[in-house]
Amino acid sequence: MKILTQHIDVPGIETIDVYRQHGGYSAVEKAIKTMAPDEVTEEVKKSGLRGRGGAGFPVGMKWSFLAKPEGVPRYLVCNADESEPGTFKDHYLMMKSPHTLIEGMIVSSYALGANTSYIYVRGELMYVINILEKAIQEAYDKGLLGKNILGSGYDLDLFVQPGGGAYICGEETALLESLEGKRGNPRNKPPFPAVKGLYQCPTVVNNVESIAATSWIVNNGGEEYAKIGVGRSAGTKLISVSGHVRKPGVYEIPLGITVEDFIYSDEWCGGIRDGHKLKAVVAGGSSVPILPAELILKTTNGENRLMTYESLSDGGFATGTMLGSGGFIVMDETTCIVHNTLTFARFYHHESCGQCSPCREGTGWMDKVIHRIEHGKGRMEDIDLLVDVAKKIEGNTICPLGDAAAWPVAAAIRHFRDEFEWHVKHPEEATKPGAVFMREGASWTL
Amino acid sequence: MTNTQTVQFPADTLERVHKIIKRYPEGKQKSALLPILHLAQAEWRWLSSEVMDYVAGLLNIKPIEVYEVATFYTMFHLEPVGEHVIEYCRTGPCCLMGGGEVYDHLKKKLGVDTGGTSSDGKFTVKEVECLAACGWGPVFQIREKYYMNLTTEKVDAIIEELSK
Repeated sequence: MKILTQHIDVPGIETIDVYRQHGGYSAVEKAIKTMAPDEVTEEVKKSGLRGRGGAGFPVGMKWSFLAKPEGVPRYLVCNADESEPGTFKDHYLMMKSPHTLIEGMIVSSYALGANTSYIYVRGELMYVINILEKAIQEAYDKGLLGKNILGSGYDLDLFVQPGGGAYICGEETALLESLEGKRGNPRNKPPFPAVKGLYQCPTVVNNVESIAATSWIVNNGGEEYAKIGVGRSAGTKLISVSGHVRKPGVYEIPLGITVEDFIYSDEWCGGIRDGHKLKAVVAGGSSVPILPAELILKTTNGENRLMTYESLSDGGFATGTMLGSGGFIVMDETTCIVHNTLTFARFYHHESCGQCSPCREGTGWMDKVIHRIEHGKGRMEDIDLLVDVAKKIEGNTICPLGDAAAWPVAAAIRHFRDEFEWHVKHPEEATKPGAVFMREGASWTL
Repeated sequence: MTNTQTVQFPADTLERVHKIIKRYPEGKQKSALLPILHLAQAEWRWLSSEVMDYVAGLLNIKPIEVYEVATFYTMFHLEPVGEHVIEYCRTGPCCLMGGGEVYDHLKKKLGVDTGGTSSDGKFTVKEVECLAACGWGPVFQIREKYYMNLTTEKVDAIIEELSK
């Protein structure tokens, strides 16, 4: 079942003519000509679509929070700042099929009553911005954007805004600050963007994949969408796979397949690269807890773990993780967990905006302490020190970057403490190039 | 202290600047700052204080409003750089695919450390965080172009091509 990527490999799908030949922009026609804006929102509510950027908040509900005072403009802003390590699904979708996003933007803007919308794309993806701008121009030329779209009286202008290289701008209020031409410092909430967002006007910020899915929902109805998937994990999800699998890349899966099937089936990742064994997975982008092989494949109740919001989080953080953004990072037995954790800690240290002390200071300390463990200068008490610092960041910051920084460190120690201890006890061995700790009796030990 | 006389976008870029400003509501022209800083960097390679002051003038905002933004976002170069800036991803997924070894090879080949510029002024090497291309790692970026699935051999070929 493919919704977003059904035609993604059709040659020329990036052009409006080919896109329309494959049914493109039928959702715009249907929504604008036959539905009231609230009816579109109603379908999105019925679909059970949840925010695909990572938080998983129901999209229809987020839309229904939008304040609608008379005479005040409302905005839809698409979050295409995709910066969470392991996540490259939006990059793939926008690069291959820009009209899929643009169509969703028109449908969603119509539902929300927005007459100006922005797509905020991370600045590094300037080539994707060029692709989007070309596609937007095509849509203007065909009367799908601009004044009086399809003769309906509805006006919409759509612009692409480049970021400047800052992970924090994926946080929606930091994104809005950035779009206003400022540093990307997250705002205090409340007020939420639905009340005071861009230029202090009511604003909805949604991820690329969420917005793109709304076209199919309009065409087929929310109830049809809700039939795909399992329970509260409705629909399909783009999973971007990196690391040690045979076939890394972006896959659109129906939510609900087993993790085992996803990793080992030829339809998806095709298994672990030849001659190697699965050691660990970060299932939803760098910020979600890493799980060792046995816990990512099965829950502690012995049930197969599924690719759903609920199943991946089964067991809480003690034995579970999160679906997050769908950034699925697979590691085989050659992976040094300490080194991998160091790259994540360094990432969050670099990306902390510096506004809240626990995050600004704590990410620096975690980076420094893991760095010294990795480089053979660690002390045994450093391991608990890391756990302590992580705890003091978590929940104590304006935005979730603090949590995102704390979780991967805490989880790496929770599940791979012996590997950290090995680095402290055997610094000479651990710092040799390519040296990796092998847990005795582990399923990934060759 | 600053001399904005010498800094001026060519006419076609200026036209783009004015078009960009129109994307935002009246009085919200500061929103154009990031797009215009990208244009400025494409024009002058890096953002000197003269360039930032010029951009402030274009947008009718204070120079400090430009400095505080330019120093926040890592894509902006605040010091002179070489002709080609290689922005090399150092984050986990690229490292899993051998990104560290390829990076060492690149630095050795150019005779530079992180942040350095090759003696011929052609290449500056910077480490950056995740470029959202994790399944195609190791990855680096030069201006708008992504170079993916890097190996030491590919790096050699890219450097040779760009050295011509």
